[in-house]
Amino acid sequence: MIIGLSHYLIVAALLFTIGVFGIFVNRKNVIIILMCIELILLAVNINFVAFSTHMVETATSNPMAGQIFALFILTVAAAEAAVGLAILVVYFRNRGNIAVENIDLMKG
Amino acid sequence: MLQTLSLFAPELLLAVSASLLLGFGFWGGKDRSGFARYYAIAMLVVFSLSSFVLGRPEGTAFEGALIVDGFSHYVKLILGLSAAAALLFSKSYFESEKLERYEYSVLTLYCVLGMSIMASANTLLSLYIGIEMQSLALYVMAAFNRDSLRASEAGLKYFVLGALSSGLLLYGASLIYGFTGSIEFSGIANAVNDSGTTPGIIAGMVFLLCGLAFKISAAPFHMWTPDVYEGAPTPVTGFFSAAPKFAAMALIARVLVGPFEGITESWQQVIIVISVLSMVVGALGALQQTNIKRLMAYSSIANMGYALVPLAAGTVAGVQGMLVFMSIYVISVIGIFALILQMRIRNGMVEQISDLAGLSTSNRGMAILMTMFMFSLMGIPPLLGFFGKLFAFLPAADAGLMPLVVIALVASVIGAFYYLRVIKTMWFDEERHEFVEAPQSLRYISLVSALLILPILLLPGISTGAQGLITLAAESLF
Repeated sequence: MIIGLSHYLIVAALLFTIGVFGIFVNRKNVIIILMCIELILLAVNINFVAFSTHMVETATSNPMAGQIFALFILTVAAAEAAVGLAILVVYFRNRGNIAVENIDLMKG
Repeated sequence: MLQTLSLFAPELLLAVSASLLLGFGFWGGKDRSGFARYYAIAMLVVFSLSSFVLGRPEGTAFEGALIVDGFSHYVKLILGLSAAAALLFSKSYFESEKLERYEYSVLTLYCVLGMSIMASANTLLSLYIGIEMQSLALYVMAAFNRDSLRASEAGLKYFVLGALSSGLLLYGASLIYGFTGSIEFSGIANAVNDSGTTPGIIAGMVFLLCGLAFKISAAPFHMWTPDVYEGAPTPVTGFFSAAPKFAAMALIARVLVGPFEGITESWQQVIIVISVLSMVVGALGALQQTNIKRLMAYSSIANMGYALVPLAAGTVAGVQGMLVFMSIYVISVIGIFALILQMRIRNGMVEQISDLAGLSTSNRGMAILMTMFMFSLMGIPPLLGFFGKLFAFLPAADAGLMPLVVIALVASVIGAFYYLRVIKTMWFDEERHEFVEAPQSLRYISLVSALLILPILLLPGISTGAQGLITLAAESLF
């Protein structure tokens, strides 16, 4: 079996769905939410790189842009994780635990 | 290279001054936070006026990654001024809450830098970088009071949902890239015009719009707004409801009429659904709120719904109406938060609506200003809020979106109820507390915003000038 573009897209879509569901279904730990966010970004990266490698270069299409985009996402994801963990540490100091069901001081 | 630098000069100014301020504050210590604030305010004012001083240069920078045109000039003007006002009114609050730190000014500068990149984004990459730059600063600002459980909870909620929305936006961007072969807005527009509506492009566009709807807190992506507004320190809430909303709304306008101009019918439905849901959620959700910050959160959800009404038309007049409406909204919100920050009794800040009871006897000036802002948000004729809604709803009616306009009008009538309740509490209820005298900066900001929403003072000169700017801005997008 030849592994083509659609296989990559399906894997990315599955990862993306797992990530989104993980954020909403998970009731235990905020760290798992952070992992789910990384999973979503990973799915996007797979999408970008797969599209980029399967794209034929023409006057209008630009295969390199996808790989550059993926690199930028990696960088920004690292910054985002740093900010997220910092906020989580601040929260833990005030609350004493990071269970998701306890984040309910304000009801939205 | 020189052309790129001259177009990028305002952003460069912000980036350099923010970085300098970071180093300065780091070595200078706590006592320099006052200087940092005034320096940042000065830089923001220079930034907002710079494109007009430089003779409004136009063109694309960094090989098409950023575009500078009339639209971005206008957006940057409003962004810089509203961020400067928000920074100015944060002074007294942070001083009395013992939160005075120079990082706040630095974060505001970086945040405005991100928003300004959003305003001139011309590729999906610069769009993403701008949004992330703005959001990362906003997450930290929400949790700025790090010893407060509420503020850190607000920061955490905002971070999780904001990161999710960035994920949605990126997934949409990847699909658009895959199906059009380009990340540049012009390239996407060409591909969309050639191929028409393909499922891949539509799916990507919907994901992208969902991600952006999170940033303007439009329903059904509004869940974070009330909690973050309530938990974050009040000046931060004031900042949140003005500049970032305007920047994200401008970005939505640019994305809709730029790359996706060819498939107007497809995105029109998405915008209409989001707009109707926001208006309904905003109007009904605010009814039982007792906290004035939560009330403002629901009011902002409803107002984002109104601002999307003219965009759904997808015409020059529509973009113009959105800009008029959002500018007036930003002015009113800055004024209202300058008033909310004056709600201080001897033991500290209060933020219940019932704390405003009897304000008309204890502090008549404040009660009159608050009443004016509430009437303006309701859309009562002599005040600018009425013209905002007029300019917003007319283009949609002209484009044949009558049902949408009717829903918007019904929603504003329902919305009038909770604004009127605030007014009733101020003028007809028994006095509860006496507020301590507010610092001058807060009183000036609320007074200036109140004067700006009084069209009688402005009708001849400023309003025609502003309208000319807005028309230029809207036309430059098409």
